[in-house]
Amino acid sequence: MRAYARLALAGFRRYSTYRRAMVAGMATNVVFGLLRLAVLVTAVGQGPISGYDVAATATYVWLGQGLIAVVVLWGDKHLADRVRSGDVVVDLYRPWHLQMALFAEDIGRSGYAVVVRFAPPVLFGALFFPFRWPAAGTWVVFTVSVALAVAVSFGLRFLLNATTFWLLDNRGVAALYTAATWLLCGLAVPLAFFPEWAVPIVWSTPFAAMLQAPIDVFLERGSPWPFLAGQAFWAVVVLAVGHLVLRRAVRKVVVQGG
Amino acid sequence: MAERVYVKLVGARLRGQMSYRASFVLQCVAQAVNQLAELVIILVLFNRVSALGGFPVNEVVLMYAIAGTAFGIADMVAGQLDELPTYIRTGTFDVLLLRPLGTLAQMMASDLHLRKIGRIGAGVAVLVYALDQNDIAWSPATAVLVVAAPLSGAVIFSSIWITASAICFWVVDGQELSNAVTYGSNAFTSYPATVYGPWLRRFFAFVIPGAFVAYYPSLALLDRPDPLGGPVLLGWISPLVALAAAVAAGFVWRTAVRHYRGTGS
Repeated sequence: MRAYARLALAGFRRYSTYRRAMVAGMATNVVFGLLRLAVLVTAVGQGPISGYDVAATATYVWLGQGLIAVVVLWGDKHLADRVRSGDVVVDLYRPWHLQMALFAEDIGRSGYAVVVRFAPPVLFGALFFPFRWPAAGTWVVFTVSVALAVAVSFGLRFLLNATTFWLLDNRGVAALYTAATWLLCGLAVPLAFFPEWAVPIVWSTPFAAMLQAPIDVFLERGSPWPFLAGQAFWAVVVLAVGHLVLRRAVRKVVVQGG
Repeated sequence: MAERVYVKLVGARLRGQMSYRASFVLQCVAQAVNQLAELVIILVLFNRVSALGGFPVNEVVLMYAIAGTAFGIADMVAGQLDELPTYIRTGTFDVLLLRPLGTLAQMMASDLHLRKIGRIGAGVAVLVYALDQNDIAWSPATAVLVVAAPLSGAVIFSSIWITASAICFWVVDGQELSNAVTYGSNAFTSYPATVYGPWLRRFFAFVIPGAFVAYYPSLALLDRPDPLGGPVLLGWISPLVALAAAVAAGFVWRTAVRHYRGTGS
């Protein structure tokens, strides 16, 4: 257990060395937030949509921009590259559970991202736009919700990377994944804006658990427990499937002597 | 002579990309899905409102389609410039300087993103649909404009890409900043310029000539006066704006390369 805590700390440290890249990324979040907000405000300015008025929409946009880098909404390819190159063999030798080790590192990474990628856009939004702060107790629930979102996202990214064991080149799957998240996680438009018949469908995917769920908890759209339950369900499912997939994949790995 | 070299370089890259065929097809599909995702978002919004910035759904879809097609072409040709920071950091850029070919052309030819065909295809399909749904004042002039607008847009986007990437010669990890400009201008041009506030519009519509990609040409195609009060002529000058943008981008790139010193590693 102590080893995993150390790995989490290492993840935190590793990303804190790319300080200028983080600042530049922050600027990108702000620009995209401004563009997205303009479009959505033109829509909700004509009258609130599904409970989203201008303040809720602004809060939604800035939380979304802040959470992108914390949760990670695109497929990463670190493990995929190691599978392709064969370096994964070294990772499998080590006295750890590979999935848990990577998860620990990802938790460290997301902790650092909360400081430099989440806080600045949200503060920017709160300073210059109408903003809806939640009650004090909601912050605790929101923190849990973000942690679960990171778990779901990691679980999915791990599965995505694990496909490399079979496909060797997972860029196609990764690209498809990114396209799906972009639409279904609620980054571009709140999931509540979808037509009524589509709302249950978009909420039934794990993507909703990655972004829209924590945002809805923050905006206090109804009781937070159903959101947390859904997120916990998906976190357990994707992590468990990842564990099983890894077990099968390991049997496939052939170490070429030399 | 030099052209033959470029053709060979691009040919080699294309063969390389096709070697993982299943992955390549999936990437094409993903690009198309990516492009259509924005369309779904527009339709979701219009499910709740009847106009955005004074434009009904079909007219917004027309702008989105022109912008998407233009961006797809630009991404295919110039998207490789996103790798420039890696080239600079690893010293690969020095190799390009040693060869008797233009650095910019070498960068762009170093990897042609053929998978963007998916994005372009989706853009063209929606464009055809939007042209059918809207009341276009068809004439030889508008027919030329339908073809000229996405192409001029592609040149404008590529120029933006080149200029923004040139930042990396000064700030090595400025990649994200240039992404804000390139992908940001794509997001901007997919909606009517009337949606945005004055500051965003000044920057993305005129400093970066984003309004000439889709907004003004669409107004000309629809034969609509500009709600922002611009003259009718603006709808027809996109090719000239594209030319000016390309000249400016070439100038910036040359200045940047002259400034380049290598990272020394």
